[in-house]
Order: sequence, then structure tokens, then C-alpha cells
Amino acid sequence: MGIRFILMVNKQGQTRLAQYYENLTLEERRALEGEIVRKCLARNEQQCSFVEHRNYKIVYRRYASLFFLVGVDNDENELAILEFIHLLVETMDRHFGNVCELDIMFHLEKAHFMLEEMVMNGCIVETSKSNILSPIQLMEKSS
Amino acid sequence: MNPFSSGTRLRDMIRAIRACKTAAEERAVIRKECAAIRAAIDENDHDYRHRNLAKLMFIHMLGYPTHFGQMECLKLIASAGFPEKRIGYLGLMLLLDERQEVLMLVTNSLKQDLNHSNQYIVGLALCALGNICSAEMARDLAPEVERLLQFRDPNIRKKAALCSIRIIRKVPDLAENFVNPAASLLKEKHHGVMITGVQLCTELCKHSPEALEYFRKKSTEAIVKTLKDLVNSPYAPEYDIAGITDPFLHIRMLKFLRVLGQGDADASDYMNDILAQVATKTESNKNAGNAILYECVETIMSIEDSGGLRVLAINILGRFLSNRDNNIRYVALNMLMKAITVDGQAVQRHRTTILECVKDSDASIRKRALELVYLLVNESNVKPLTKELIEYLEVADQEFKGDLTAKICSIVAKYSPEKIWYIDQMLKVLSEAGNFVKDEVWHGLIVVISNASDLHGYTVRALYKAFQISNEQQESLVRVAVWCIGEYGDMLVNNIGMLDIEDPIVVTEADAVDIVETAIKRHDSDLTTKAMAMIALLKLSSRFPSCSERINNLIAQYKGSLVLELQQRSIEFNSIIASHQNMKSVLVERMPVLDEATFIGKRAGNIPASLSTSNGAAINLPNGVSKSAAPLVDLLDLSSDDVPVPSSSGSDFIQDLLGLDLSAAPEQPGNNLAPKSGTDVLLDLLSIGTTPPVQSTASATDILSNQEKSPTSQLDGLSSLSPLPASKFPAAVSPTIDLLGGLAPNVASADENGSVYPSIVAYESGSLRITFDFSKTAGSPQTTLIHATFKNLSPNIYSNFIFQAAVPKFLQLHLDPASGSTLPGSGNGSITQKLRVTNNQHGKKHLVMRLRIAYKVDDKDILEEGQVSNFPRNL
Repeated sequence: MGIRFILMVNKQGQTRLAQYYENLTLEERRALEGEIVRKCLARNEQQCSFVEHRNYKIVYRRYASLFFLVGVDNDENELAILEFIHLLVETMDRHFGNVCELDIMFHLEKAHFMLEEMVMNGCIVETSKSNILSPIQLMEKSS
Repeated sequence: MNPFSSGTRLRDMIRAIRACKTAAEERAVIRKECAAIRAAIDENDHDYRHRNLAKLMFIHMLGYPTHFGQMECLKLIASAGFPEKRIGYLGLMLLLDERQEVLMLVTNSLKQDLNHSNQYIVGLALCALGNICSAEMARDLAPEVERLLQFRDPNIRKKAALCSIRIIRKVPDLAENFVNPAASLLKEKHHGVMITGVQLCTELCKHSPEALEYFRKKSTEAIVKTLKDLVNSPYAPEYDIAGITDPFLHIRMLKFLRVLGQGDADASDYMNDILAQVATKTESNKNAGNAILYECVETIMSIEDSGGLRVLAINILGRFLSNRDNNIRYVALNMLMKAITVDGQAVQRHRTTILECVKDSDASIRKRALELVYLLVNESNVKPLTKELIEYLEVADQEFKGDLTAKICSIVAKYSPEKIWYIDQMLKVLSEAGNFVKDEVWHGLIVVISNASDLHGYTVRALYKAFQISNEQQESLVRVAVWCIGEYGDMLVNNIGMLDIEDPIVVTEADAVDIVETAIKRHDSDLTTKAMAMIALLKLSSRFPSCSERINNLIAQYKGSLVLELQQRSIEFNSIIASHQNMKSVLVERMPVLDEATFIGKRAGNIPASLSTSNGAAINLPNGVSKSAAPLVDLLDLSSDDVPVPSSSGSDFIQDLLGLDLSAAPEQPGNNLAPKSGTDVLLDLLSIGTTPPVQSTASATDILSNQEKSPTSQLDGLSSLSPLPASKFPAAVSPTIDLLGGLAPNVASADENGSVYPSIVAYESGSLRITFDFSKTAGSPQTTLIHATFKNLSPNIYSNFIFQAAVPKFLQLHLDPASGSTLPGSGNGSITQKLRVTNNQHGKKHLVMRLRIAYKVDDKDILEEGQVSNFPRNL
């Protein structure tokens, strides 16, 4: 499977985007988000970007006030996921131009469309930014 | 019209939510919004459907229920326009999951969209299917997806490939249909198709050995070549990350090679060159390069042996380990865990670095490093490694101590070269982190101590010192110390068994008692500790006659304890000390050596059946009462394990369990006991040993009834051995006193009070005779204990024998289980059963009882009834 979920959370621990690739009930999601956000946000800059939680790992990376948390299986390549987070941020940067928390909040659906082009069912679909963004730009043009 | 550019209302809602200061405000805003959306849904409002759905997604993300919007998604998906479909599918993926029934309704729309002429709509449907497809949908839609794997646009092919992964996971039977199309995806040039194609092939190999074999033969070459091209490809701006073209594709391919090479020498051989090239040529100054190296190392470690490559891989890990970046160190530790099975020697070389990582400030790294150290320990390095770990234990975080302690204990137990070292290390752990030590660990320690007879003195003195200098309460240290002082107190005081390495210490008897007093009086000691301290005091009162008075006072202080267990012990021990000096020394002798093999066997969970002790039997009780019901049984659990071989002689058991030297007693206990049943009862009370097989059920149930009386059956058995005047005891333990009183020479007459009342024949028919024997407890005149004996007068065997009795309201009746259910014919055997009757109107009314006896003869059910009115008066 690889990726189990992708979360974007701000410094205060509020969820700004959540995409799960496994079935969890609403209560389970809330509990999980609470637990891992508490765990990851408490760590400092020098500590490594990986946290073991239950039976999987969380790879996280901080961009200004926004945390990107990706839950992955234990055999996933942590460094590659770290790189993937960066790719995601760069892609959003290209689209929004210096992406910030508010961009994601007010354009939640677009952020999801981008994610959809990059990850499907926990696997990576596409790694080229222009390929990822072309359907989204096409849609914007048409409307 | 774009619903999102004009949809100020969505923005307004988000702003309103953002402006909320408290969670309650946020809930209020959301409640209002949800109500509005519901109203819009009811009105079947078309214009704002997508905007409402966008709002619902936001609300859902915040963790509020949005199930009422699910049908809206389906409506949007069914509409014609792309923007509507797009938001509909997004809603479908976010708000629904595959367990919901609603999903069934969407299958048809999906099928239509998969065949749509607009490829973007096809893409949407594929994406949704890939994320939420259930097994039924997988079966229905697999042919469409299979066809789309050959679609002209690569963007559709890549999505179809990932969709296939989901389908195969849901329905593995479909895997074979996808093998061929998947293989052709590997030949493509489009990166998206390649990366998804490789993932599909990897997944297929997982599900089907045939597919694995197929890809090994047909695709190894192609993959190796593609990877080679990729590694050597010129700068490609679209895929370039830190000078490397598409590291993600690199990694997926290396993963796939790992699957192909594992367990296949030819394939492994074939990929040697390219792996060597990746391992040597990849730049390691950026994260992307390191990610590839990391994956490459894992592949090298997993495929079939090639010495040269492994050296290369271990060197890369060595470089990683000395990297200053914590991420890199973390993955290095992670990978060394896997490398240890391949090349343990090479990993050992990094031992010092790994040990440093155990002390890192980063919890993730510490955890990895500790697991690794645990794997690195062997007989030759256990001493230095344990020393390091224990030293670190002193400064470790509280939250890390639990893990660390468990690992140290496990290492020490597994590899200890000699007992004294084991004891030393365990004492250090107990003093540093006694609160984190698990019960079975300190139980194990006690077993070892008990077996190391030459170290008893040394251990008890070391524990004494450790206890004195420990500043905070370490529960398990206290317990072990108290136990040892109780057992070996005399060695502590007299410096017996002095080793050369020891400095003599001066401990007076009073000092030793001080320690136990501290333990029992500490407000944070828990019940087990206090109870153990109580026993230690009892033992010391015999070892140190000079302190006996003081100890007696100490014990007496708990006579009023609100904790039943302590109160009971206090009263019992107090009377032992006060009234039974002649027996005390025998009673509190040192525990016999605990059998290590049994304990280890028990820990491993495989006690040989022949050694099954009382606990084994108790666990099998039908109503599930097991030793876990007794918190304190653990304490003596140890002791019951040492019963060497269950023999039929009762006195052996007592001797083993309590360390009683019965031969020293003035009378043979057996003489005082009722011949057969008495011994059984005694056994049962003490909950020891397996009685001969025929009686096993009966004895087990007796244990049960005993446990019901007190949560600490074994202790109960122990304590009620005390030959007290029965009057001191309430009804609860009355039957045991009668029987056990016989053990003590000075109350030898006690067992005679059972025959104050004459026996009666309660019932007699042509086929059955029931006799009742009566006994009373002096303390409670209302209660009568009836010992019923059933005899079969016919030549036939009765099976399924059940005896029932009923009494009027002023009486209370309690039936113990019968000794058996089969009654041999011609009076050759008997069943016995105990009844306890309490007469609430004692002195005014006499006992009466109705009987009903059911049994089977030659498969025929027989029922007999009768009334007993010939009870002796004044019962």
C-alpha cells in the first residue's frame, strides 16, 4: 500500500487537509489526528522527521506554519516520502505561487485535485509537476 | 460558471469558522451551516449543490458527521457536466468509504464514466474506483479497467494501472488477467506509466507466484535496462530532483528488482552490475540521493548473496550512521536491523556508534538503536553492553525507561554468564527502575536467588544496601529485598556466606526489622508489597527471637486494617506468634529451593502435562476461576511450581510447599487426619498437587470453593494452617480449622467436636441410602456442616448422579459440589457431598429438608424424592 494517509496541520494542530487511503471511522480519524499531531508537533527541528506510531510510521515535514504528515507502512522508504512531501509542496507552490495555509483552506478542493493526480490508493501516480497540474489548469481555463 | 470563484458563501463559512475562538463556537457555526445544507438538499437545489458539497468536505475534514451529503455526491456524479462530476467524485472519495451501502448505487455511474468519450471523465472515474473500490465493484468493473490499461493516453493508462492494484487486492483471483497488460506497461517511456506499471507488477508478484515467475523470466532484463537508462539519463528538467532524474521511479524499480531477485540466484546475478552502479555513482549529499542509496542497500541485502555488493552496502550504512543528519542515522539504524541477519559481524563493528544512538536525544532514534543493540548482544559482549545500558538507565527519560528496562532484563536473563553477575545486574536495574520491572522478571530473579545457595548471604546484603540507598520507591526492589530479608535475614545479620569481593557490613537484627517496617509503612507501597512484608516479619520473628516482641506489635497494628487481606494476615500471624511458639519455627522455615526449570517452562508457556500443578488444574475450571482471580497467588505461585512430582502423599506436598519439616513435629500429621477424605481436603485447601486422576474434578472444585472464600487461596491455605482455637475465627474458615487443627498437637482434640451430634440415615429406599454426619463450628451455633454420604444398594451402576435439597425460608442452604457423579453398585463405593445449613431461627426451629436424587441406570432416568425430618434437635 505504501501511503496510508496525508495530513496537513497548522502549528495550532488544526487539520487543514486530510486524505485517507484506508477505511477509518470519523471517531478513529479524530483520535488518530489528535495523537499524531501531539506527537509530531512536540518534536524539535534537530530531531529526525520520522515518528513510529502504532504499527506504522509518520514522516513529517514543516513548511512555515504548516506541517505535512504522511502515514506510511513500515517498509516504506522514509527518505523518499520526505522527498515526496517536498514535491507536493513545490507543486502547490507552482499553482498557487508561494502557497500558504490560507490557500489550502480556501481552495481545499484544488489541493485535493492535485493530491489526486499525485497519489491514488496510497501509491504514487505521477511525479512531473506539469503533468500533475495540467488537468487542473485545463479545468480553470474552461470555466 | 465556476462554483468556487463565485461561491463567496464557502469563503464566508471558512472565515466564520476561522473566527471562532472556542470549540463551542465552532460547533455552533457548523450546526447552522449543516442545517442550511440539509434544507438545500431537501429542496433539491441544483445551483448550489456543488458549493454545498465543497462545504461538507470542509466540515468533514474538521471531523464532523456529513453522512447526509452522501446522496448529493451520487447526484453530482450522475450529472453531465465535468465540474459537477469532478466535485461529486471528490466528495465520493472523501465522504464515503467502501463499507457503505450507498456505494453500490454508484457502480453504474462509474461504468458509464469509464466508457465516456471524454478522457478526463474517464480519469475521474478511474481515480475514484482506485480509491474506494469494493470487492463487488472490482468484479463488475475489472474488464473496463483491463481495457483502459491499453488506452491511447498515458495519463489514463497510469491511472488504470493503479486501479488494477486495488482490484487485485480486493479480488486476488483476478490477478492473472492483469499479468500480460502489466508486462507491456514496463516497456513504456512515460514516467507516470512506468512508475505505476512497476508498482502493479510488484503487487502482482505478491499475489501470484506464477506472475513472479513470469516477470522474472520476461522482465528482469527490461527493468535492468530501463533503470540503467534512467541512471545515465541526461538532465530532464521536468523530473529532476537534486540532479537525479525521477528518484521516485528509481526507488520503485529497485523495490521491484528486490522482489525479482529474492530467492533467485540468476535474476540476482543479472542485476548485480546495475546495483553496483547505483550504489557507487549516486550522490549522497542530498536527500533524494540518499533515498535511492537506502533503497539500493535494502535490495542488495535482500537478493541472493553477492559478497562484493554486500561490502559496498555495509559501507554505505556505515557512512549513513556517521552522518550528522538525524534522518539519515535513523534509516541507517533501520537498515542495520535487516543487515544483521545477513552479516552480523559487519554490524558488530558499528557497535559503539549504535550504543551512542541509544543515548540520543531523539526518541525515534533511541528506539531504533535499542532494538538494534538488543539484536547485537551475544555471549561475548553481553557484559560491556549491559554495563553501558544500565549506566544509561540512570539518566534516561521516564518514558524511555520502560522499554529500556524490559530490554535489559531480557538481555541479562538470556545471556548471563554466571549467577552472581545476573543477580548484580538485576539489583542495579531494580534500584534504578524497579517500578518498570514486570512481575515475571522479579519472580524470575527470586527463583534464581533461591537456587544460588552460595549467594544467599551476598544477595541479601546487597539488597539491604540497595534498599538503604534507594531514595525513591522502587516497588519491585522493595519486594525482592523484603522477600530475601524474610528468608535469609539471619545471613544478613551474621555476615554468613561472605564472598571475597564483599566488604563486611554491620547489621543488627533491629536494622533488618527496620527495613521491613519501612516497607510496610510506606504509604505508597501497594498491597502485594505490604503482604510480602507481613510474611517477612513473621519469618523474622522466628529468626530473631530478640525482636519477636517488636515484630508482634508491628503485625498487630494491621489488625484493624481496612484491607481485608492485611487484616487477615495480621490476625493470623499474630496468633501464631502469640500462641504457637513451638510450631512457629517449623512453619516459617526457609522456602525450599524453587525449581528453575519449571519456572522457565512456565514462562515459555509450556509446562509439561505431567508437572501440571494446582494452578494448571484451577485454570481449567469450568467457571473460569483461575489463578488470576487471586492477586497474591503470584507470590506463592512460585512456590507451587516447585512441587516436584505430584505424588499421592499429602504430607509431601505440605512439606514442599511450606518447607515444613514434618518429621520434626512430635506427631505424624497423617495420624490425626481422617483417613482418606481428610487428606484430600487438606490437599485441596492448600491448593497443591494433582490428586489421583479419579478425584481430580472433585479436588479442583474444592479449590474453587476455597478461592471463593478468600482471594488468596494459597495463602489462605498457608495461614489457616495455624492451629488457632477455632473460636477466634468467623464462619468463613471454619471447615478448614477443624481439619487442620489436627496438625497441631496442642489442639489435637479439635477434630473430635465433629461428632457431637449422632449421624442419621436421612433417606433410604431399596436402591439408595443417604447418611448425614454433622459438625459445628464453635463460633457460629447457627451453622451446621452436613457431610452427606450416598451409597448404592442395587447391583447396577448409577451415572449422572445428582443430589438436590430444598429447605424452608428460615434456613439457608449451601451445597458444595459432590465428589463424583458415578456411584458403583452393591455398596462398593460412595459419593460424598458437603452441605452447609444456616438456621436463622436457631434454638426455636429445627432443621427440615426435602431431597431429590436423580441418576441414570442403564440409560434410564430415575428420580427419587424424600423428606428428612429426623435431624438431631438443636441444630
